[in-house]
Amino acid sequence: MATEESSADPRREGVQTVDAEDVDAAEILGSAVERREDPSLLTGDAEYTDDIQLPEMAHMAIVRSQYAHARIEEIDTSAAEGMAGVVGVYTAEDLDVSGNVPTAWELDDLREVDHPLLAEDRVRYQGDAIAMVVAEERYQAHDAADAVEVDYDRLDAVVDPGDSLDEDAPILHDEDDNTAFTWEIGDADETDAAFADADRVVELDVTNQLLIPNAMEPRATVADYEPGDDELEVHMTSQNPHVHRLLMSGVIDHPEHKLRINAPDVGGGFGSKIHHYPDEALVAWAAKQLERPVKWQATRTETYLTDAQGRGHETHGEIAVDDDGTIQGLRIDTAANMGAYLSTFAPAVPTYLYGTLTSGQYAIPAIHCEVTGAFTNVPPVDAYRGAGRPEASFIVERLVDRAAATVDMDPAEFRRHNFVDADNFPYETPVALEYDSGDYEKTLDRALEMVDYDAFRERQEQAREDGNYLGIGFSAYIEACGLAPSELVGALGARAGLWESGLVRFTPTGTVRAMCGTSGHGQGHDTTYAQVVANELGVDYDDVEVVEGDTDAIPQGMGTYGSRSAAVGGSALVKSAREVVEKARKIAAHQLEASPDDVEFEDGEFHVTGAPDRSMAIGDVALEAYLAHDLPEDVDPGLEATAFYDPDNFVYPFGTHVAVVEVDPDTGEIEFENYVAVDDVGNQINPKIVEGQIHGGVAQGVGQALYEGAEYDENGQLTTGSMQDYAVPKSMHIPEMETDSTVTPSPVNPLGVKGVGEAGTIAAPQAVVNAVVDALEPFDVEHIEMPLTNERVWQAVNENGGED
Amino acid sequence: MEDITLTVNGTDHELSVEPRTLLIHALRDEMGYTGPNVGCESSMCGACTVHIDGRAVKSCTELAVRAEDSEITTIEDLGDEGDLHPLQKSFQEEHGLQCGYCTPGMVMTAAEFLDEEPDPSREEIREALEGNLCRCTGYQNIVNAVESAAAEMSAAVEPATDGGAVPDDGGTAPDNGGVVPGDGSPVESGGD
Repeated sequence: MATEESSADPRREGVQTVDAEDVDAAEILGSAVERREDPSLLTGDAEYTDDIQLPEMAHMAIVRSQYAHARIEEIDTSAAEGMAGVVGVYTAEDLDVSGNVPTAWELDDLREVDHPLLAEDRVRYQGDAIAMVVAEERYQAHDAADAVEVDYDRLDAVVDPGDSLDEDAPILHDEDDNTAFTWEIGDADETDAAFADADRVVELDVTNQLLIPNAMEPRATVADYEPGDDELEVHMTSQNPHVHRLLMSGVIDHPEHKLRINAPDVGGGFGSKIHHYPDEALVAWAAKQLERPVKWQATRTETYLTDAQGRGHETHGEIAVDDDGTIQGLRIDTAANMGAYLSTFAPAVPTYLYGTLTSGQYAIPAIHCEVTGAFTNVPPVDAYRGAGRPEASFIVERLVDRAAATVDMDPAEFRRHNFVDADNFPYETPVALEYDSGDYEKTLDRALEMVDYDAFRERQEQAREDGNYLGIGFSAYIEACGLAPSELVGALGARAGLWESGLVRFTPTGTVRAMCGTSGHGQGHDTTYAQVVANELGVDYDDVEVVEGDTDAIPQGMGTYGSRSAAVGGSALVKSAREVVEKARKIAAHQLEASPDDVEFEDGEFHVTGAPDRSMAIGDVALEAYLAHDLPEDVDPGLEATAFYDPDNFVYPFGTHVAVVEVDPDTGEIEFENYVAVDDVGNQINPKIVEGQIHGGVAQGVGQALYEGAEYDENGQLTTGSMQDYAVPKSMHIPEMETDSTVTPSPVNPLGVKGVGEAGTIAAPQAVVNAVVDALEPFDVEHIEMPLTNERVWQAVNENGGED
Repeated sequence: MEDITLTVNGTDHELSVEPRTLLIHALRDEMGYTGPNVGCESSMCGACTVHIDGRAVKSCTELAVRAEDSEITTIEDLGDEGDLHPLQKSFQEEHGLQCGYCTPGMVMTAAEFLDEEPDPSREEIREALEGNLCRCTGYQNIVNAVESAAAEMSAAVEPATDGGAVPDDGGTAPDNGGVVPGDGSPVESGGD
């Protein structure tokens, strides 16, 4: 193929894929095999939710609030009801269900507010659902939705979390203030003492702006109801079908065992398809009400108005440091935007996925982090790729950079000086985590080598003399993923366990179906899980079929988010496969007339120890298991196993990302010279897929750093409500990336994997911001808020007179 | 309602549509061509890109009635799972897709682009794909895929003795993803 003769540019090279047919069975795990899901996605054969057509299917459209905060005076549906094709118009009073959208995570003093499926007398964000219309045709439904008249009594709105906590802020819910919770972690007294003893304290205020996930496929649902047996089938854009089944069954009062959630091909999620929104449940309810299939797909405008947003922090951070560059303490105070209602995992995001990560890669003796969650008139804020961990890594890495500058140390060496030593793992942080494994200097050293750091500093100096401003920015990030040990998260407030289930089933002909309760939506699980299972069973990769996404097919599951699929779902499949092997061993031993203890399993074959010719392939054992003509006495027919795997700990990927930029102080323009990512995600199942996840993650992180942000006016109206106004990065906006990795296996799971889905998004923003601030060091620029628009950069340069 | 005939992937379809019906909805809902996807309804994202008379067009902002008397080509006609077009093959080899939602549009835009510019630079590829958004890949492997396909397709048409890269599709498809113009004759030269 053409890549063999491609240029020597390492950014062009990357990892080379291989055809699975060219890979030895023993090498399948860890090979960059081409993705098996691609041909259907590339030819239009894929089936996304909106592709599903059912006989007699009607279409739904949702009437949404024009205003961010208002009382509903009157809803007039009469005009809509009389329109062509309309089969039903419903408001809150028509919903005969408990109809409250739940939160799946509690905190000690969490204020849980009602979140009705359709607003009853008050709307709290622009886009809050008020009514729904079902019609024969797609356009008819939208026409009729436009004809629903709503009279509002407008109320003042509040958008920023800091403002919403002010005494005179408009109040969203019927309480005295907008506090959703207060939360803290770490030891306040010890941290105060560390600050008192340290040589210097550096402070920084940062805003981590609200982001809109922008999965390319808008959320969609097709629901179908069979009244005869009360079966309700819901095809929907879900990252976690079983979680949606559990929550939806409660919301619309439908028995869980008669509710099927099926996620067909799903066009990206980035967190936005984890949550239980009102909309999907409304479709299911309408299908039941009308006893016919109903389809809804969000318009892009609706995704901007209603998809759960991410980040939204206003943070004051302080770092205590000695003159020799040793960090003594860290203090963080954050106001976190929760939006108008508490979304599914929302309470966990700015708390246990944020405060616990504030130790970064560093041995910091004392840390204290406190967070106040604030209700505001924006859509619910919940997990978006990274979810809490980008916010933590951003404030830590920005403070570390400022601290290095304050004590006049090189930022790379400052980091190295404070790293948790490679010999000190597992490492307990002052904020309740135990890092599994790590070798932080390795990724830093490799990154420094790739950017030729010493030469860069010389070039930078030379360039400055010529009036050109180059900058380099480091991000030595860590994340906790592989969510999560169930007992631990239960103690922290999760209303669910975060184990995963896997089912490995041989057919009588020796092929295998592997099912997992995760639910991929672009990550390539069909490929990577087949690699894992083929490796465990020693069968041909092509003989393993992977099934995900359907609650009727898969025993149970918690879904795909938090970079958990390989670490938790993959491990569940390993556990299932090993149980299958143990059963097969007994059958093989019986067939080979040997004791199971004397039968070894290798490369898909059982053989008697010391007698390799007395052997039996596991596929032949499968046939015997189903024939069941001659099985050992204590062995039942069949060859399959379902296993639930509950991890002992999170896993902790880490790495060093380095951005190299040139900034034009006259225009504020930023050009990338290079972007280097060295990540350690533990063992890699498929290095090409790992690389792709890093690329995509970095792109979203660069998007946050330079382009993206949900912006609202003072009335809570979204002013970035389309792809014209919200800058989803285009091909020209993302730099060429140079990637490499080190491998420090995780001791937590049998695959030794960590997680990679969120790494790039967590790492990139602060690498870019640090680089720009480094470039503008001659102008005494210390911080610029994201996104670093030309205007903001120019203003930062000119705040200090614009002279270097 | 308007009675129209649309020619999609070489097949004539008679249908009744409203004057306002968008081509993407006619393709997907009326005729079952669900390869092109709806991403933004505003021609910003390009997930709905199809070819009309060989030109890449965003079908979410094109009226179905305006597409009469044209040859419409969707991703379904570019190649089959067992016989992928060089671009489809290179997207797989280079991991140029993840969730796949933007991919049909991305590939159709790239196909038209390579038809016009068989030997593009990476910068030119990025410019050509500016109207197609991808949220998964960070674009780098898409650029790699288009670059690889360009080399592959140029190499394939260069000898031009056996029809080059023209897949044997029975001659029903007027469009072969930019390798061959609509009249079915091989491209003169692939450039180098």
